[in-house]
Amino acid sequence: MDVNKALFQFCLRRGDDTHVLSHRLGEWCGHGPVLEEDMALTNRALDLLGQARNYLQYAGQVEGKGRSEDDLAYLRNERGYVNCKLVEQPNGDYAHTIVKCFLFDAWHLPFLKAQLDSKDEQLAAIAGKAVKEATYHLRHSSEWMVRFGDGTEESHQRAQQALHDLWTFTGELFETDEVYTTLRQAGIVPDLGPIKEAFDRTVNEVLAEATLKRPEDEFMATGGRKGQHTEHLGHMLGEMQFLQRAHPGAQW
Amino acid sequence: MSNDNEKDWPLWEVFIQSKRGLDHKHVGSLHAADAGMAIENARDVYTRRGEGNSIWVVKAEHVHASNPDDAESFYDPADDKVYRHPTFYTMPEGAKYI
Repeated sequence: MDVNKALFQFCLRRGDDTHVLSHRLGEWCGHGPVLEEDMALTNRALDLLGQARNYLQYAGQVEGKGRSEDDLAYLRNERGYVNCKLVEQPNGDYAHTIVKCFLFDAWHLPFLKAQLDSKDEQLAAIAGKAVKEATYHLRHSSEWMVRFGDGTEESHQRAQQALHDLWTFTGELFETDEVYTTLRQAGIVPDLGPIKEAFDRTVNEVLAEATLKRPEDEFMATGGRKGQHTEHLGHMLGEMQFLQRAHPGAQW
Repeated sequence: MSNDNEKDWPLWEVFIQSKRGLDHKHVGSLHAADAGMAIENARDVYTRRGEGNSIWVVKAEHVHASNPDDAESFYDPADDKVYRHPTFYTMPEGAKYI
């Protein structure tokens, strides 16, 4: 596979992961359980949006067809989105949102740390900025995991339920395919082995402190990287892309 | 927000230091379950525009304030003691930051 084509796909995947999660967290704006958490989630949403912009700008540049970050974000349909299915899941209750963030963060931080050594300078630079943000994200979600898990009977039960519901989406974070192996051989993307180890270590440590049970690895959802999504993404994009679809090229 | 619900988190006062070497300044207050959460909440609420370099939080209940009724006896006696101000010296040339 052509390295440039693979790089374009990879940038789209990272851009879509961060953009979709950012949008989901943005949905909490004004609805957070308390003002302080409302701010925490929207701060995080803005961090992720900044990362998404970096990836999508770079994707447009790598593709070389003159598509801007906005073209890529607002004019691709659901089948063109290549985010992992974890991030598109609806927010649910606060425990669901936190568990979703935690599972993402536990993968994202070690991934970014490894991406610092990418032979692609742009990807290394994006990671350099994002790694600080992701460090705080993991800290925030981990603390809430412990508060929920080791909190009241109800908070424990809700967090455990969320883990149970979302665990199936963690397999996709460690998938490889032709795109990934092509970039791996070129030294552009990191070895997933150590990243999986770091993920397992974080998850096991935090869940132990939270007195939560790690679900078994049974059926793992897949397909997001090929544009096959759960029914939730289409609805989300319908809302997110409405303005550009109804008024193409609108600016303000 | 009412404080009569015992499930509400306690109130914390937040102090931010904008640059190393400067004082921590009171910037506001927030609710949090414990000190760790208060610091993180302060980070999220009060340092979003690069205001911060260091954060202190203290439970509002631990801040004891003087009584406004004491103002006369507390502060007025200082009004006529100009000799307490260091204004009777000549500043040496070149002395900065005073």
